[in-house]
Amino acid sequence: MKYFSLVWSALFRRKTRTLFTLLSIMAAFLLFGLLDSVRGAFANAGHSVVGASRLITISKVSFMFALPKSLYMRIQSVPGVAEVTYANWFGGIYQDPKNFFANEAVAPNFFDVYSEFKLPAGELRAFKETRTGAVVGASLAKRFHWKIGEQIPLEATIFPQNGGSNTWTFDLVGIYHVANRREESQEDAMFFHWKYFDEARAFGRGDVGWYIEKIGQPKEADRIAQAIDAISANSDHETKTQSEDAFQSSFVSQFADIGLIVGSIMGAVFFTLILLTGNTMAQAVRERIPELAILKTIGFPNRSVLALVLAESVLLLTLGGVAGLALAEFAVSVIRTRLGAQIPMLPVGLAIWLQGLALTVLIGLVVGALPARRGMRLRIVDALAGR
Amino acid sequence: MGALVEIRSLSKVYTRGRQKVEVLHHVDLDIAPGDFLALMGPSGSGKTTLLNLIGGLDSPTEGSIAVGGERIDRLGQSQLARWRASHVGFVFQFYNLLPMLSAARNVELPLLLTKLPAAKRKRHAAVALELVGLADRASHRPGELSGGQQQRVAIARAIVSDPTLLVCDEPTGDLDRQSAAEVLTLLQRLNRDHGKTIVMVTHDPKAAEYASHTLHLDKGSLVEPVEAAAQGAS
Repeated sequence: MKYFSLVWSALFRRKTRTLFTLLSIMAAFLLFGLLDSVRGAFANAGHSVVGASRLITISKVSFMFALPKSLYMRIQSVPGVAEVTYANWFGGIYQDPKNFFANEAVAPNFFDVYSEFKLPAGELRAFKETRTGAVVGASLAKRFHWKIGEQIPLEATIFPQNGGSNTWTFDLVGIYHVANRREESQEDAMFFHWKYFDEARAFGRGDVGWYIEKIGQPKEADRIAQAIDAISANSDHETKTQSEDAFQSSFVSQFADIGLIVGSIMGAVFFTLILLTGNTMAQAVRERIPELAILKTIGFPNRSVLALVLAESVLLLTLGGVAGLALAEFAVSVIRTRLGAQIPMLPVGLAIWLQGLALTVLIGLVVGALPARRGMRLRIVDALAGR
Repeated sequence: MGALVEIRSLSKVYTRGRQKVEVLHHVDLDIAPGDFLALMGPSGSGKTTLLNLIGGLDSPTEGSIAVGGERIDRLGQSQLARWRASHVGFVFQFYNLLPMLSAARNVELPLLLTKLPAAKRKRHAAVALELVGLADRASHRPGELSGGQQQRVAIARAIVSDPTLLVCDEPTGDLDRQSAAEVLTLLQRLNRDHGKTIVMVTHDPKAAEYASHTLHLDKGSLVEPVEAAAQGAS
């Protein structure tokens, strides 16, 4: 600690240069925080503890193709299947397309299978008893300031009503919560009765989008999935059954390999950062060669000079990194509040902070290594003579 | 009383490209404890090289240097660094203070290498500044001080850890006559009142007059020893 003021004062010897370097580091770590938050949200999609005990059955041709409702009872009879539910993508728009959120028509027992969606008993009863009832996640309700009892109109983009109208009106009867805040994005969804949807839609009656099976033993998932798919083998509606985790991963990968994209961007950003801060540190040490020589003259050993320069480099990175990550945490919380599920993001939590701080130390050591070595190895008499 | 510094057959050869330049040639020299020695000579005569070797900043090519009975020519780099920290104070022509630190923090620097607690370090630095007459400038940065004041801060830094030996390389070379006289008087006081052994390189015969003893170097050899007694009598 007795050397801290020495390191600190050396760091701010050229205030403007240090400030601009700090801003660059801050920008890099802001980007890191934001992108890692997005990557984490995609990586986390569907990977819940409960998700391991659920299978998803979709059409083997494409997720876009429907399956007959008649499969319901046959899937239910497959040994190992504890409960079956089903759902249909609706794709309705609330007021403006930019207000995107997931909205699905679901079976009455949907919340029994998705037990992580916590709905008060009274509201669950109201949902089951109200034909036009709908349930929304707490984040979504907060985003649009919805309260129970309100009517929510959705504009259909796929399914008009059989009277030709595109406007579907639902009565909000329940608001569910997700206990695990890492899965908070699951609260940006709306669910209503498949039966109401099926009776009122203009086409596709009797079809469901996908089935969800709750299974007793996750280790039996493969056998159960094969048994379910065997039901429709060689029919015009062959199915593909997989674990919910695998389904979510393949669904997300339809858009892009988010991990690769984020990794590539961050790689480029940090490479540039290393060049930039490396140059700054090299310049800073070059200017201070006589000062480092003086430290060595009065008895600072080589390892102390090495440590001082490395500490300066790590401090520079840490200051910028902490500021960038703090800004990212603030920005993510604002984005999540304002845009909800439109941009899936995890809160900037401990994991991102730890990764970020580890990176600041690592990059600090990398960029400080050469200047520190130069400071350590300088010959006092040459440095004092300006050679 | 034995010599504080004993130099025997000391040579230093620098390699410049393909050329080997012998800067010091078999120098023999004894410096008594409490001496104030001025080293004079033309540019390139080897006086700064000799000073660097005495201060343990460089290693000889040949010969030996013992300070207080310790053969410093046999010490490794880290041992030399430790030795410098506890035995030698340095004063340079251009002061070589750290510009971003206050006068007090500059003076405190050598004490960072000791195990003294912060409060004691600050107290020692304050005493050293008091001794050079700059107690009221403790919080000023070097850029806010005159050349003479900066050199006195450098002297405070040199003496703060109470070394036996002070090596001064042209300490008045960058100062006006008035400031130079103040600095030299201060060095003289440190020598007479506090018993510091001082080796000073200078071009200026007037500066050398403050020393108790002057030696001349030319082409790497001592050429004209001057008795301290004669200097004192004049």
